[in-house]
Amino acid sequence: MVKSLFYSVSFHALMILITFLTLPFMLREPIDLPPIVSVELIQISDKTSIPFAPKARKIIEETKKKEDDRVVSEQAPPAAKAKEKPDRIPLPNDKKEKKEIVKKKQNPEEIKPQIRQSSEFEKKELVDTNQIAALIDKAKEVEAVQKIDDNKITQSTQKNSFASGLTLSEEDALRAQIFGCWSVPLGLPYDQNLLVRIKLQLKKDGTIMKSEILDHERMNRPGQKFYKVLAESALRAVRLCQPLKVPPTGYDKWKNLQLNFNPTEMLKG
Amino acid sequence: MKKIISILLFCLLFTSKLFALIEVDITRGNLDPLPIAVSPLHVDVKSEDYKDLKIKELGSDISKIIENNFRRTGLFNPLKKEAFVQKPDIAHLKPRFEDWRLIKAQALITGKLLIKNDKLKVEFRLWDLAAAQEMTALAFTTTPSNWRRVAHIISDKIYERLTGEEGYFDTRIIYVAESGPKNQRVKKLAIMDQDGSNTKYLTLGNELVLTPRFNPTNQMVTYMSYFRNMPRVYLLDIETGTQEIVGNFPGMTFAPRFSPDGKKIIMSFAKDGNSDIYTMDLESRLVERITEHSSIDTSPSFSPDGKFIAFNSDRSGLQQIYVMRSDGTNVKRITFGKGIYGTPVWSPRGDLIAFTKMHKGRFYIGVMRTDGTGERLLTENYYQEAPSWSPNGRVLVFYRETKAGEKGAGFSAKLWSIDITGYNERKLATKTDASDPSWSSLLSK
Repeated sequence: MVKSLFYSVSFHALMILITFLTLPFMLREPIDLPPIVSVELIQISDKTSIPFAPKARKIIEETKKKEDDRVVSEQAPPAAKAKEKPDRIPLPNDKKEKKEIVKKKQNPEEIKPQIRQSSEFEKKELVDTNQIAALIDKAKEVEAVQKIDDNKITQSTQKNSFASGLTLSEEDALRAQIFGCWSVPLGLPYDQNLLVRIKLQLKKDGTIMKSEILDHERMNRPGQKFYKVLAESALRAVRLCQPLKVPPTGYDKWKNLQLNFNPTEMLKG
Repeated sequence: MKKIISILLFCLLFTSKLFALIEVDITRGNLDPLPIAVSPLHVDVKSEDYKDLKIKELGSDISKIIENNFRRTGLFNPLKKEAFVQKPDIAHLKPRFEDWRLIKAQALITGKLLIKNDKLKVEFRLWDLAAAQEMTALAFTTTPSNWRRVAHIISDKIYERLTGEEGYFDTRIIYVAESGPKNQRVKKLAIMDQDGSNTKYLTLGNELVLTPRFNPTNQMVTYMSYFRNMPRVYLLDIETGTQEIVGNFPGMTFAPRFSPDGKKIIMSFAKDGNSDIYTMDLESRLVERITEHSSIDTSPSFSPDGKFIAFNSDRSGLQQIYVMRSDGTNVKRITFGKGIYGTPVWSPRGDLIAFTKMHKGRFYIGVMRTDGTGERLLTENYYQEAPSWSPNGRVLVFYRETKAGEKGAGFSAKLWSIDITGYNERKLATKTDASDPSWSSLLSK
């Protein structure tokens, strides 16, 4: 009897102790760790700026020199600022909890402990709400980009920019050039599938080494006169456009290029 | 095992390459007409004289006809000959493509002609200048007096090669030539090439003629004429000039048209005071009634497969367009728009119906799909009517009248053509005023 009472009391005491010890932890909200937002700062002009004509470049260089003489490095500060941006991100604390929750919603999968260790959050800096807001915006952008990627939108702009291809402006330059060369045969019916795919092999200067219509066997099939006409017009456009406006660098990326000619939209309009 | 692995590796390599290929979508181009150079045909030095034909100029005359044909389509832009660098004889053998590309031409037509033993031999080549290769080459032999037709046939072949559609240049248009003041119009039946040349008058003008229509299979024409105030339907063979009366029909008879096989004519006439649609077999002369309705049914037109008939009727109140089976069953109204619809004509391609619409005192020529959807009004004016299709179903010819002033002054009627896209509206050159055009099928078919 005494023995069993002792067991009972001691077990109950143990239970109370455990409850006492763990209850505060259970009541406490889990620590919300801030998501890691990796922000890569690229100067857009590095990749997309079109080289100036030699004359213009001379003038620009001259004016730059003059400016450099007068002002002590006017251009440097913005770049430096940009680099500092990540450093200013504050340590997470209770005051910032609200904002951090917002972040979490946007980008939950990025909370990875390993990355956190190497992150620059540890650096102690002043809390700047503007910087955080900017970061949130960036995070949104990153997320949007990822969504587009996930949806596998097949439009070439997305495909190219994020796969391996040309930058948007490079692609636009090429496209605009071919628009000008392509005389769309106006008599074509608009309700047929008339997509012509041409695969090109280019030289470094943008001239064409080899061109191939991918569905060329369709050209000689009976009843495909319109397709033949379109394919020929597309090929003509590419040849007339030589040399193509390709980027000065990254030859390996664009030495094989596929152009998809689709006049449906135009013919409908 | 090693083999399998190496194959797998190769496949992997290949797929990675495939994904790396950059694709660029080209969804726009320029809509300017295709610049084309038509070099004058080279006249062979061995050519003999033929009657009063100016042989030396024949080469450039033919090229001019081709050029004009192309310009009228609105799809091509023939370049000025002054810019041509190469002479016709050399160009025909092997053009210097760089020279032609320099003047921004994308296609080049060259040719050669020879008249020997009263035969005209013409050969031509079409070159793709960008690809530096020949696209097509053909030769014709005919009597020298046929040289204009040769030019049209060459135009047709090139048009077909460059657009994928059949051409419509080796064709003729029959129409009613009109002259005199409005209250005393003299109306004659006339025929010309589609470019306005070779006009011939087929009747004298002492009887009123109306609504000539081509047989879609050959060069026969049916038309109406009033003889002693009685409407008669005639058949006319253009090649031989022979005419025959198909029949006398009572009351108001309207717009006879051929069936697609050319064996029947379809028309409307009034029997017992009510207009209905009838067909007549040209061999047996048997008349068959197609519609039987108390309303006025007129302007019937067969679909190119002969299975359906489009016509207009006022059975719902205002005049609208209806489609039915060729035996008169399954009548369906297809137009529901505001205004009055009339003169439905089925396209030779079978995909569209052309019509005239009147709304708020203005006249429109339009096209729509055969179920009545996709209505497109192509042109609008004070008075215009009677669309007729080019044999490839791409162009419509119709006539347009201007408003007459006091005592009929300033009144005129002219033929016009327009693309089914609504672009490229052009006045056709006729010697006199003209109305009621009908476009023939290709002569060389």
